[in-house]
Amino acid sequence: MADILAVLYARILRVDPADPQAASRDRFVLSKGHAAAIMYATLAECGFFSPAELDTYCRDGSIFTGHISHAVPGIEVSTGSLGHGLPIAIGMALAARMEGAGSRVFCLLSDGECDEGSNWEGILFAPHHKLGNLCVIVDFNKIQSFGSVAEVLNLDPFAEKWKAFGWQVEEIDGHDLIALERALSGVPAASGWPTVVIAHTVKGKGVSFMENNLEWHYRSPSDELLAQALTEIGA
Amino acid sequence: MRTTFIESLSQAASENPDIWLLCGDLGYSVLEPFAAKFPDRYVNVGVAEQNMAGVAAGIALSGKTVFIYSIGNFPTLRCLEQLRNDVCYHGADVKVVAVGAGYAYGSQGYTHHALEDAGIMSMLPGMEVFVPCDPMEVRAATRLIATSGKPSYLRLSRAGEPNLATIATDLRKPRILREGREIVILACGPIASRALEAAGELAGRGRDVGVVSVSCLKPLDEMAIRGVVRDASLIVTLEEHILRAGLFSLVAGAFAGDAVRPPITGIGIPEQGGKTSLAGSRDALLDAAGLSAQAIVARIEQSLARR
Repeated sequence: MADILAVLYARILRVDPADPQAASRDRFVLSKGHAAAIMYATLAECGFFSPAELDTYCRDGSIFTGHISHAVPGIEVSTGSLGHGLPIAIGMALAARMEGAGSRVFCLLSDGECDEGSNWEGILFAPHHKLGNLCVIVDFNKIQSFGSVAEVLNLDPFAEKWKAFGWQVEEIDGHDLIALERALSGVPAASGWPTVVIAHTVKGKGVSFMENNLEWHYRSPSDELLAQALTEIGA
Repeated sequence: MRTTFIESLSQAASENPDIWLLCGDLGYSVLEPFAAKFPDRYVNVGVAEQNMAGVAAGIALSGKTVFIYSIGNFPTLRCLEQLRNDVCYHGADVKVVAVGAGYAYGSQGYTHHALEDAGIMSMLPGMEVFVPCDPMEVRAATRLIATSGKPSYLRLSRAGEPNLATIATDLRKPRILREGREIVILACGPIASRALEAAGELAGRGRDVGVVSVSCLKPLDEMAIRGVVRDASLIVTLEEHILRAGLFSLVAGAFAGDAVRPPITGIGIPEQGGKTSLAGSRDALLDAAGLSAQAIVARIEQSLARR
Protein backbone atom coordinates (compact mmCIF):
# COMPACT_ATOMS: atom_id res chain seq x y z
CA MET A 1 0.00 0.00 0.00
CA ALA A 2 2.95 2.34 0.62
CA ASP A 3 3.78 2.12 -3.09
CA ILE A 4 0.23 3.05 -4.05
CA LEU A 5 0.21 6.08 -1.75
CA ALA A 6 3.68 7.13 -2.94
CA VAL A 7 2.53 7.25 -6.56
CA LEU A 8 -0.80 8.89 -5.68
CA TYR A 9 0.73 11.68 -3.64
CA ALA A 10 3.87 12.22 -5.73
CA ARG A 11 2.37 12.03 -9.20
CA ILE A 12 -1.42 11.93 -9.30
CA LEU A 13 -3.35 13.85 -6.65
CA ARG A 14 -3.82 17.59 -7.08
CA VAL A 15 -3.67 18.47 -3.40
CA ASP A 16 -1.79 21.29 -1.73
CA PRO A 17 -0.43 20.94 1.81
CA ALA A 18 -0.53 24.75 2.07
CA ASP A 19 -4.25 24.76 1.25
CA PRO A 20 -5.59 21.29 2.14
CA GLN A 21 -9.24 22.40 1.90
CA ALA A 22 -9.02 24.02 -1.56
CA ALA A 23 -12.43 23.51 -3.19
CA SER A 24 -10.99 22.32 -6.51
CA ARG A 25 -8.67 19.70 -4.96
CA ASP A 26 -8.74 16.03 -5.85
CA ARG A 27 -10.11 13.89 -3.02
CA PHE A 28 -8.52 10.78 -1.62
CA VAL A 29 -10.61 8.56 0.65
CA LEU A 30 -8.79 5.80 2.47
CA SER A 31 -11.52 3.29 3.18
CA LYS A 32 -9.20 0.78 4.84
CA GLY A 33 -8.82 3.15 7.77
CA HIS A 34 -6.71 0.68 9.76
CA ALA A 35 -3.77 1.50 7.49
CA ALA A 36 -3.42 4.78 9.33
CA ALA A 37 0.32 4.61 9.96
CA ILE A 38 1.18 4.48 6.23
CA MET A 39 -1.29 7.27 5.51
CA TYR A 40 0.05 9.57 8.21
CA ALA A 41 3.64 8.94 7.15
CA THR A 42 2.78 9.76 3.54
CA LEU A 43 1.10 13.03 4.49
CA ALA A 44 4.05 13.99 6.67
CA GLU A 45 6.43 13.30 3.78
CA CYS A 46 4.25 15.54 1.59
CA GLY A 47 4.44 18.40 4.07
CA PHE A 48 0.90 18.38 5.48
CA PHE A 49 2.50 18.45 8.95
CA SER A 50 5.89 17.90 10.52
CA PRO A 51 7.19 14.30 10.53
CA ALA A 52 8.08 14.87 14.19
CA GLU A 53 4.36 14.78 14.98
CA LEU A 54 4.25 11.14 13.92
CA ASP A 55 5.91 10.23 17.19
CA THR A 56 2.61 10.92 18.97
CA TYR A 57 0.88 8.13 16.99
CA CYS A 58 -1.65 6.40 19.27
CA ARG A 59 -0.31 8.22 22.32
CA ASP A 60 -2.65 9.82 24.88
CA GLY A 61 -4.13 13.05 23.53
CA SER A 62 -2.76 12.64 20.00
CA ILE A 63 -4.86 13.39 16.89
CA PHE A 64 -3.09 10.44 15.24
CA THR A 65 -5.54 7.68 16.15
CA GLY A 66 -5.05 4.06 15.15
CA HIS A 67 -7.73 4.35 12.48
CA ILE A 68 -7.41 7.47 10.35
CA SER A 69 -8.88 10.69 11.67
CA HIS A 70 -10.00 13.78 9.80
CA ALA A 71 -8.49 15.80 12.62
CA VAL A 72 -5.20 15.21 10.79
CA PRO A 73 -4.47 17.76 8.01
CA GLY A 74 -4.90 16.12 4.61
CA ILE A 75 -7.29 13.38 5.74
CA GLU A 76 -10.68 13.83 4.08
CA VAL A 77 -12.71 11.42 6.19
CA SER A 78 -12.31 9.24 9.24
CA THR A 79 -12.80 5.57 8.50
CA GLY A 80 -12.18 2.33 10.33
CA SER A 81 -15.42 0.46 10.09
CA LEU A 82 -15.06 -1.13 6.67
CA GLY A 83 -17.34 -0.49 3.73
CA HIS A 84 -17.84 3.22 4.41
CA GLY A 85 -15.29 4.93 2.17
CA LEU A 86 -16.63 4.11 -1.28
CA PRO A 87 -20.14 5.55 -0.81
CA ILE A 88 -18.61 8.74 0.61
CA ALA A 89 -16.21 8.94 -2.35
CA ILE A 90 -19.15 8.47 -4.71
CA GLY A 91 -20.94 11.40 -3.07
CA MET A 92 -17.83 13.51 -3.49
CA ALA A 93 -17.58 12.51 -7.15
CA LEU A 94 -21.23 13.43 -7.77
CA ALA A 95 -20.74 16.82 -6.14
CA ALA A 96 -17.46 17.40 -8.01
CA ARG A 97 -19.10 16.64 -11.32
CA MET A 98 -21.82 19.16 -10.52
CA GLU A 99 -19.21 21.78 -9.56
CA GLY A 100 -17.40 21.22 -12.85
CA ALA A 101 -13.96 22.11 -11.50
CA GLY A 102 -12.44 18.85 -12.74
CA SER A 103 -11.81 17.32 -9.32
CA ARG A 104 -11.22 13.59 -9.29
CA VAL A 105 -11.94 11.26 -6.41
CA PHE A 106 -9.72 8.29 -5.52
CA CYS A 107 -10.75 5.66 -2.99
CA LEU A 108 -8.53 2.88 -1.68
CA LEU A 109 -10.24 -0.31 -0.54
CA SER A 110 -8.81 -3.40 1.03
CA ASP A 111 -9.66 -6.76 -0.47
CA GLY A 112 -11.15 -8.03 2.78
CA GLU A 113 -13.55 -5.11 2.98
CA CYS A 114 -15.05 -6.15 -0.34
CA ASP A 115 -17.01 -8.58 1.85
CA GLU A 116 -19.11 -5.58 2.94
CA GLY A 117 -22.43 -5.28 1.13
CA SER A 118 -22.31 -1.48 1.24
CA ASN A 119 -19.38 -1.56 -1.19
CA TRP A 120 -21.42 -3.52 -3.69
CA GLU A 121 -24.24 -1.00 -3.39
CA GLY A 122 -21.69 1.62 -4.41
CA ILE A 123 -20.10 -0.56 -7.09
CA LEU A 124 -23.56 -0.88 -8.67
CA PHE A 125 -24.27 2.86 -8.33
CA ALA A 126 -21.13 4.47 -9.76
CA PRO A 127 -21.32 3.09 -13.33
CA HIS A 128 -25.08 3.71 -13.44
CA HIS A 129 -24.26 7.39 -12.93
CA LYS A 130 -21.21 7.21 -15.22
CA LEU A 131 -18.92 8.65 -12.57
CA GLY A 132 -15.83 8.85 -14.75
CA ASN A 133 -14.12 11.12 -12.21
CA LEU A 134 -14.09 8.27 -9.67
CA CYS A 135 -11.26 5.78 -9.29
CA VAL A 136 -11.22 2.88 -6.85
CA ILE A 137 -7.94 1.16 -6.04
CA VAL A 138 -8.10 -2.24 -4.38
CA ASP A 139 -5.06 -3.23 -2.35
CA PHE A 140 -5.38 -6.89 -3.31
CA ASN A 141 -2.90 -8.56 -0.98
CA LYS A 142 -5.06 -11.71 -0.65
CA ILE A 143 -4.95 -11.73 3.15
CA GLN A 144 -7.66 -10.70 5.59
CA SER A 145 -8.10 -10.93 9.35
CA PHE A 146 -8.42 -14.70 9.79
CA GLY A 147 -6.51 -15.96 6.80
CA SER A 148 -6.44 -15.81 3.04
CA VAL A 149 -9.23 -14.11 1.14
CA ALA A 150 -9.71 -17.35 -0.79
CA GLU A 151 -10.34 -19.23 2.45
CA VAL A 152 -12.44 -16.66 4.31
CA LEU A 153 -14.75 -15.44 1.56
CA ASN A 154 -13.52 -15.92 -1.94
CA LEU A 155 -13.65 -12.88 -4.25
CA ASP A 156 -12.71 -14.66 -7.47
CA PRO A 157 -13.29 -13.99 -10.25
CA PHE A 158 -12.64 -10.49 -8.92
CA ALA A 159 -11.88 -8.44 -12.05
CA GLU A 160 -14.79 -10.06 -13.85
CA LYS A 161 -17.15 -8.98 -11.09
CA TRP A 162 -16.13 -5.31 -11.51
CA LYS A 163 -16.38 -5.63 -15.30
CA ALA A 164 -19.84 -7.10 -15.02
CA PHE A 165 -20.89 -4.12 -12.89
CA GLY A 166 -19.67 -1.75 -15.61
CA TRP A 167 -16.29 -0.55 -14.35
CA GLN A 168 -13.20 0.15 -16.42
CA VAL A 169 -10.83 -2.41 -14.92
CA GLU A 170 -7.04 -2.14 -14.74
CA GLU A 171 -5.23 -5.06 -13.17
CA ILE A 172 -1.60 -4.36 -12.30
CA ASP A 173 1.31 -5.25 -10.06
CA GLY A 174 0.69 -2.91 -7.13
CA HIS A 175 4.41 -2.58 -6.44
CA ASP A 176 5.26 -1.51 -10.00
CA LEU A 177 5.44 2.26 -9.66
CA ILE A 178 5.39 2.87 -13.40
CA ALA A 179 2.35 0.66 -13.87
CA LEU A 180 0.61 2.41 -10.98
CA GLU A 181 1.31 5.84 -12.44
CA ARG A 182 0.12 4.77 -15.87
CA ALA A 183 -3.12 3.28 -14.53
CA LEU A 184 -3.93 6.17 -12.21
CA SER A 185 -3.08 8.81 -14.83
CA GLY A 186 -5.95 7.47 -16.90
CA VAL A 187 -8.55 9.07 -14.59
CA PRO A 188 -11.01 10.32 -15.71
CA ALA A 189 -11.27 7.46 -18.18
CA ALA A 190 -11.93 8.42 -21.78
CA SER A 191 -14.74 5.86 -21.76
CA GLY A 192 -16.58 7.89 -19.11
CA TRP A 193 -16.89 4.88 -16.82
CA PRO A 194 -15.49 4.78 -13.29
CA THR A 195 -12.12 3.08 -13.03
CA VAL A 196 -11.01 0.34 -10.69
CA VAL A 197 -7.34 -0.43 -10.36
CA ILE A 198 -6.91 -3.89 -8.90
CA ALA A 199 -3.42 -3.66 -7.46
CA HIS A 200 -1.94 -7.09 -6.78
CA THR A 201 0.24 -6.58 -3.74
CA VAL A 202 2.23 -8.55 -1.21
CA LYS A 203 1.44 -7.84 2.41
CA GLY A 204 4.63 -6.72 4.17
CA LYS A 205 6.43 -6.35 0.83
CA GLY A 206 10.20 -6.15 1.09
CA VAL A 207 10.56 -7.41 4.66
CA SER A 208 11.42 -11.09 4.61
CA PHE A 209 9.84 -12.05 7.91
CA MET A 210 6.66 -10.00 7.29
CA GLU A 211 5.84 -10.87 3.69
CA ASN A 212 2.52 -12.71 3.38
CA ASN A 213 2.57 -13.38 7.12
CA LEU A 214 -0.84 -12.84 8.72
CA GLU A 215 0.75 -12.37 12.13
CA TRP A 216 2.05 -8.93 11.08
CA HIS A 217 -1.46 -7.65 10.57
CA TYR A 218 -1.53 -7.55 14.36
CA ARG A 219 2.01 -7.41 15.76
CA SER A 220 4.33 -4.46 16.30
CA PRO A 221 8.02 -5.18 15.69
CA SER A 222 10.60 -5.08 18.47
CA ASP A 223 13.42 -2.53 18.10
CA GLU A 224 15.65 -5.27 16.74
CA LEU A 225 13.13 -6.47 14.15
CA LEU A 226 12.35 -2.87 13.20
CA ALA A 227 16.03 -2.26 12.50
CA GLN A 228 16.19 -5.40 10.40
CA ALA A 229 13.05 -4.43 8.48
CA LEU A 230 14.39 -0.95 7.76
CA THR A 231 17.65 -2.43 6.52
CA GLU A 232 15.81 -4.85 4.25
CA ILE A 233 13.75 -2.11 2.58
CA GLY A 234 16.80 0.13 2.35
CA ALA A 235 15.33 2.96 4.44
CA MET B 1 -47.26 15.62 5.94
CA ARG B 2 -45.30 14.14 3.04
CA THR B 3 -46.75 16.61 0.62
CA THR B 4 -46.16 19.54 2.93
CA PHE B 5 -42.59 18.39 3.35
CA ILE B 6 -41.85 18.19 -0.36
CA GLU B 7 -43.51 21.56 -1.02
CA SER B 8 -41.45 23.16 1.74
CA LEU B 9 -38.28 21.48 0.54
CA SER B 10 -38.87 22.58 -3.04
CA GLN B 11 -39.32 26.12 -1.80
CA ALA B 12 -36.06 25.91 0.16
CA ALA B 13 -34.27 24.39 -2.84
CA SER B 14 -35.42 27.18 -5.12
CA GLU B 15 -33.79 29.63 -2.71
CA ASN B 16 -30.65 27.57 -2.12
CA PRO B 17 -28.92 25.88 -5.10
CA ASP B 18 -26.90 23.67 -2.72
CA ILE B 19 -29.88 21.63 -1.48
CA TRP B 20 -29.98 18.03 -2.77
CA LEU B 21 -32.52 15.25 -2.26
CA LEU B 22 -31.68 11.53 -2.34
CA CYS B 23 -34.25 8.80 -1.94
CA GLY B 24 -34.02 5.06 -1.53
CA ASP B 25 -36.50 4.24 -4.29
CA LEU B 26 -39.43 5.22 -2.08
CA GLY B 27 -41.60 8.32 -2.26
CA TYR B 28 -43.59 7.47 -5.41
CA SER B 29 -46.23 10.16 -6.06
CA VAL B 30 -44.61 12.39 -3.41
CA LEU B 31 -41.13 13.37 -4.59
CA GLU B 32 -41.85 13.94 -8.28
CA PRO B 33 -42.37 17.74 -8.01
CA PHE B 34 -38.86 18.14 -6.58
CA ALA B 35 -37.36 15.74 -9.12
CA ALA B 36 -39.02 17.61 -11.99
CA LYS B 37 -37.89 21.02 -10.77
CA PHE B 38 -34.35 20.11 -9.71
CA PRO B 39 -33.28 17.07 -11.75
CA ASP B 40 -29.58 17.74 -11.17
CA ARG B 41 -30.02 17.72 -7.41
CA TYR B 42 -32.30 14.73 -7.11
CA VAL B 43 -30.96 11.17 -7.06
CA ASN B 44 -32.93 8.00 -6.56
CA VAL B 45 -30.04 5.88 -5.30
CA GLY B 46 -32.03 2.67 -5.52
CA VAL B 47 -32.87 0.30 -2.70
CA ALA B 48 -29.54 0.82 -0.98
CA GLU B 49 -29.74 2.86 2.20
CA GLN B 50 -26.15 2.33 3.36
CA ASN B 51 -24.90 3.71 0.07
CA MET B 52 -27.47 6.49 0.23
CA ALA B 53 -26.26 7.66 3.64
CA GLY B 54 -22.60 7.48 2.64
CA VAL B 55 -23.20 9.26 -0.67
CA ALA B 56 -25.14 11.94 1.21
CA ALA B 57 -22.19 12.42 3.55
CA GLY B 58 -19.81 12.72 0.60
CA ILE B 59 -21.97 15.34 -1.12
CA ALA B 60 -22.43 17.23 2.16
CA LEU B 61 -18.69 17.20 2.84
CA SER B 62 -18.35 18.92 -0.55
CA GLY B 63 -20.32 21.87 0.80
CA LYS B 64 -23.92 20.89 0.12
CA THR B 65 -27.07 20.32 2.19
CA VAL B 66 -28.41 16.84 1.53
CA PHE B 67 -31.83 15.40 2.41
CA ILE B 68 -32.25 11.63 2.36
CA TYR B 69 -35.75 10.23 2.27
CA SER B 70 -37.31 6.84 2.83
CA ILE B 71 -39.72 4.93 5.03
CA GLY B 72 -39.31 4.72 8.80
CA ASN B 73 -36.57 2.24 9.63
CA PHE B 74 -34.82 2.25 6.26
CA PRO B 75 -32.97 5.62 6.27
CA THR B 76 -32.34 5.29 10.02
CA LEU B 77 -31.71 1.78 11.33
CA ARG B 78 -30.56 0.16 8.09
CA CYS B 79 -27.74 2.69 7.75
CA LEU B 80 -27.25 3.54 11.41
CA GLU B 81 -23.48 3.23 11.38
CA GLN B 82 -23.19 5.41 8.28
CA LEU B 83 -25.23 8.06 10.11
CA ARG B 84 -23.03 7.72 13.19
CA ASN B 85 -19.64 7.73 11.49
CA ASP B 86 -20.01 9.35 8.09
CA VAL B 87 -22.63 11.95 8.93
CA CYS B 88 -22.57 12.81 12.62
CA TYR B 89 -18.87 12.34 13.36
CA HIS B 90 -17.98 14.62 10.45
CA GLY B 91 -20.78 17.08 11.22
CA ALA B 92 -21.96 16.59 7.63
CA ASP B 93 -25.01 18.64 6.69
CA VAL B 94 -27.29 15.66 6.07
CA LYS B 95 -31.01 15.59 6.90
CA VAL B 96 -32.61 12.21 7.42
CA VAL B 97 -36.30 12.28 6.60
CA ALA B 98 -38.43 9.26 7.46
CA VAL B 99 -42.09 8.84 6.65
CA GLY B 100 -44.35 6.40 8.40
CA ALA B 101 -43.73 7.37 12.04
CA GLY B 102 -45.07 4.86 14.53
CA TYR B 103 -48.00 2.94 13.09
CA ALA B 104 -48.58 5.23 10.08
CA TYR B 105 -48.09 2.26 7.74
CA GLY B 106 -50.43 0.26 9.96
CA SER B 107 -51.51 -2.76 7.99
CA GLN B 108 -48.18 -3.07 6.14
CA GLY B 109 -46.85 -4.90 9.16
CA TYR B 110 -43.99 -4.86 11.62
CA THR B 111 -41.13 -4.02 9.24
CA HIS B 112 -42.88 -0.77 8.35
CA HIS B 113 -43.65 0.31 11.91
CA ALA B 114 -41.10 2.86 13.15
CA LEU B 115 -41.20 2.54 16.91
CA GLU B 116 -37.61 3.06 18.05
CA ASP B 117 -36.28 5.46 15.42
CA ALA B 118 -36.60 8.78 17.24
CA GLY B 119 -34.83 7.46 20.30
CA ILE B 120 -32.05 5.89 18.30
CA MET B 121 -31.56 9.05 16.25
CA SER B 122 -31.53 11.09 19.49
CA MET B 123 -28.60 9.03 20.70
CA LEU B 124 -26.40 10.01 17.77
CA PRO B 125 -23.95 12.76 18.73
CA GLY B 126 -24.82 16.08 17.13
CA MET B 127 -28.05 14.85 15.52
CA GLU B 128 -31.00 17.22 16.01
CA VAL B 129 -34.39 15.48 16.13
CA PHE B 130 -37.76 16.88 15.06
CA VAL B 131 -41.13 15.15 15.39
CA PRO B 132 -43.76 17.57 14.07
CA CYS B 133 -47.41 16.98 15.00
CA ASP B 134 -49.10 18.62 12.02
CA PRO B 135 -48.42 20.10 8.57
CA MET B 136 -47.80 23.53 10.06
CA GLU B 137 -44.92 22.14 12.11
CA VAL B 138 -43.65 20.12 9.15
CA ARG B 139 -43.31 23.32 7.14
CA ALA B 140 -41.48 25.06 9.97
CA ALA B 141 -39.23 22.05 10.61
CA THR B 142 -38.27 21.67 6.96
CA ARG B 143 -37.37 25.35 6.74
CA LEU B 144 -35.41 25.16 9.97
CA ILE B 145 -33.31 22.12 9.11
CA ALA B 146 -32.68 23.36 5.56
CA THR B 147 -30.65 26.19 7.03
CA SER B 148 -29.41 24.81 10.36
CA GLY B 149 -26.18 23.39 8.92
CA LYS B 150 -26.47 20.42 11.31
CA PRO B 151 -27.22 16.72 10.95
CA SER B 152 -30.94 16.39 11.58
CA TYR B 153 -33.69 13.81 11.76
CA LEU B 154 -37.20 14.69 10.62
CA ARG B 155 -39.85 12.14 11.58
CA LEU B 156 -42.97 12.43 9.45
CA SER B 157 -46.21 10.55 9.68
CA ARG B 158 -47.89 10.06 6.33
CA ALA B 159 -50.79 11.92 4.78
CA GLY B 160 -54.00 13.63 5.79
CA GLU B 161 -52.99 14.87 9.24
CA PRO B 162 -54.91 18.04 10.23
CA ASN B 163 -53.34 21.15 11.71
CA LEU B 164 -53.84 20.93 15.47
CA ALA B 165 -53.64 24.64 16.24
CA THR B 166 -53.73 27.80 14.22
CA ILE B 167 -50.73 29.40 15.82
CA ALA B 168 -47.19 28.36 15.01
CA THR B 169 -44.32 29.20 17.31
CA ASP B 170 -40.55 28.86 17.15
CA LEU B 171 -40.28 25.17 16.32
CA ARG B 172 -37.56 24.67 18.90
CA LYS B 173 -39.99 25.71 21.65
CA PRO B 174 -42.95 23.73 22.97
CA ARG B 175 -46.16 24.79 21.19
CA ILE B 176 -49.33 25.07 23.22
CA LEU B 177 -52.18 23.26 21.49
CA ARG B 178 -54.58 23.64 24.41
CA GLU B 179 -54.28 25.86 27.45
CA GLY B 180 -54.49 24.16 30.84
CA ARG B 181 -52.35 23.99 33.98
CA GLU B 182 -53.27 21.22 36.40
CA ILE B 183 -52.35 18.37 34.08
CA VAL B 184 -50.03 19.02 31.16
CA ILE B 185 -49.76 16.46 28.37
CA LEU B 186 -46.52 16.81 26.43
CA ALA B 187 -46.96 15.08 23.09
CA CYS B 188 -44.83 14.66 19.99
CA GLY B 189 -46.09 13.82 16.52
CA PRO B 190 -49.67 13.49 15.26
CA ILE B 191 -50.58 11.40 18.30
CA ALA B 192 -51.03 14.84 19.86
CA SER B 193 -54.54 14.81 18.36
CA ARG B 194 -55.38 11.98 20.75
CA ALA B 195 -54.00 14.03 23.62
CA LEU B 196 -56.43 16.78 22.64
CA GLU B 197 -59.31 14.28 22.60
CA ALA B 198 -58.31 12.96 26.01
CA ALA B 199 -57.97 16.49 27.35
CA GLY B 200 -61.48 17.31 26.14
CA GLU B 201 -62.84 14.25 27.92
CA LEU B 202 -61.01 15.11 31.16
CA ALA B 203 -62.18 18.72 30.94
CA GLY B 204 -65.74 17.38 30.86
CA ARG B 205 -64.92 15.76 34.20
CA GLY B 206 -63.77 19.06 35.66
CA ARG B 207 -60.02 18.73 35.04
CA ASP B 208 -57.85 21.56 33.80
CA VAL B 209 -55.71 19.94 31.11
CA GLY B 210 -53.15 21.51 28.81
CA VAL B 211 -51.70 19.91 25.68
CA VAL B 212 -48.30 20.90 24.37
CA SER B 213 -46.56 19.74 21.22
CA VAL B 214 -42.86 19.10 21.77
CA SER B 215 -41.69 18.76 18.18
CA CYS B 216 -38.02 19.40 18.86
CA LEU B 217 -36.84 16.38 20.85
CA LYS B 218 -33.20 17.27 20.53
CA PRO B 219 -32.00 19.68 21.66
CA LEU B 220 -34.85 19.61 24.16
CA ASP B 221 -35.64 23.11 25.40
CA GLU B 222 -35.78 22.16 29.06
CA MET B 223 -36.23 25.72 30.24
CA ALA B 224 -39.27 26.27 28.03
CA ILE B 225 -40.75 22.92 29.09
CA ARG B 226 -40.32 23.88 32.74
CA GLY B 227 -42.28 27.01 31.86
CA VAL B 228 -45.28 25.17 30.41
CA VAL B 229 -45.49 22.68 33.29
CA ARG B 230 -44.75 25.13 36.11
CA ASP B 231 -48.19 24.81 37.74
CA ALA B 232 -48.81 21.17 36.86
CA SER B 233 -49.52 18.55 39.48
CA LEU B 234 -49.09 15.83 36.85
CA ILE B 235 -46.96 15.73 33.71
CA VAL B 236 -47.95 13.22 31.04
CA THR B 237 -45.87 12.39 27.99
CA LEU B 238 -47.50 10.86 24.93
CA GLU B 239 -45.61 9.45 21.95
CA GLU B 240 -46.10 7.00 19.08
CA HIS B 241 -42.83 5.30 20.03
CA ILE B 242 -41.56 2.93 22.68
CA LEU B 243 -40.88 4.49 26.06
CA ARG B 244 -37.12 4.41 25.69
CA ALA B 245 -34.90 7.26 24.57
CA GLY B 246 -37.86 9.21 23.19
CA LEU B 247 -40.00 12.00 24.63
CA PHE B 248 -40.66 10.29 27.99
CA SER B 249 -37.01 9.47 28.58
CA LEU B 250 -35.87 12.95 27.62
CA VAL B 251 -38.46 14.71 29.78
CA ALA B 252 -37.95 12.35 32.73
CA GLY B 253 -34.21 12.86 32.39
CA ALA B 254 -34.64 16.62 32.41
CA PHE B 255 -36.57 16.54 35.69
CA ALA B 256 -34.71 13.66 37.34
CA GLY B 257 -32.45 15.92 39.40
CA ASP B 258 -35.27 18.01 40.86
CA ALA B 259 -35.86 17.44 44.57
CA VAL B 260 -39.51 18.35 44.20
CA ARG B 261 -41.38 17.76 40.97
CA PRO B 262 -44.73 16.49 39.80
CA PRO B 263 -45.01 12.82 38.85
CA ILE B 264 -44.37 12.07 35.17
CA THR B 265 -46.57 9.48 33.48
CA GLY B 266 -45.16 8.12 30.21
CA ILE B 267 -47.62 6.79 27.65
CA GLY B 268 -46.23 5.14 24.54
CA ILE B 269 -46.15 1.92 22.56
CA PRO B 270 -45.41 -1.20 24.64
CA GLU B 271 -42.35 -3.17 23.54
CA GLN B 272 -43.44 -6.33 21.75
CA GLY B 273 -40.27 -8.36 21.19
CA GLY B 274 -41.09 -11.79 19.82
CA LYS B 275 -44.82 -11.10 19.48
CA THR B 276 -46.34 -11.16 16.02
CA SER B 277 -47.81 -7.91 14.80
CA LEU B 278 -51.35 -8.08 13.42
CA ALA B 279 -52.73 -6.17 10.47
CA GLY B 280 -54.67 -3.04 11.26
CA SER B 281 -55.12 0.60 10.45
CA ARG B 282 -53.04 3.11 12.36
CA ASP B 283 -56.05 3.92 14.50
CA ALA B 284 -56.74 0.26 15.26
CA LEU B 285 -53.11 -0.45 16.14
CA LEU B 286 -52.89 2.60 18.40
CA ASP B 287 -56.09 1.54 20.16
CA ALA B 288 -54.75 -1.98 20.59
CA ALA B 289 -51.51 -0.58 22.02
CA GLY B 290 -53.43 1.28 24.72
CA LEU B 291 -53.31 4.67 23.05
CA SER B 292 -57.02 5.28 22.45
CA ALA B 293 -58.25 8.58 23.88
CA GLN B 294 -60.27 6.57 26.44
CA ALA B 295 -57.21 4.56 27.49
CA ILE B 296 -55.18 7.75 27.80
CA VAL B 297 -57.89 9.24 30.01
CA ALA B 298 -57.89 6.10 32.14
CA ARG B 299 -54.09 6.17 32.54
CA ILE B 300 -54.23 9.80 33.59
CA GLU B 301 -57.03 9.14 36.08
CA GLN B 302 -54.96 6.28 37.56
CA SER B 303 -51.94 8.54 37.91
CA LEU B 304 -54.05 11.24 39.56
CA ALA B 305 -55.48 8.69 42.00
CA ARG B 306 -51.97 7.57 42.94
CA ARG B 307 -50.67 11.05 43.78
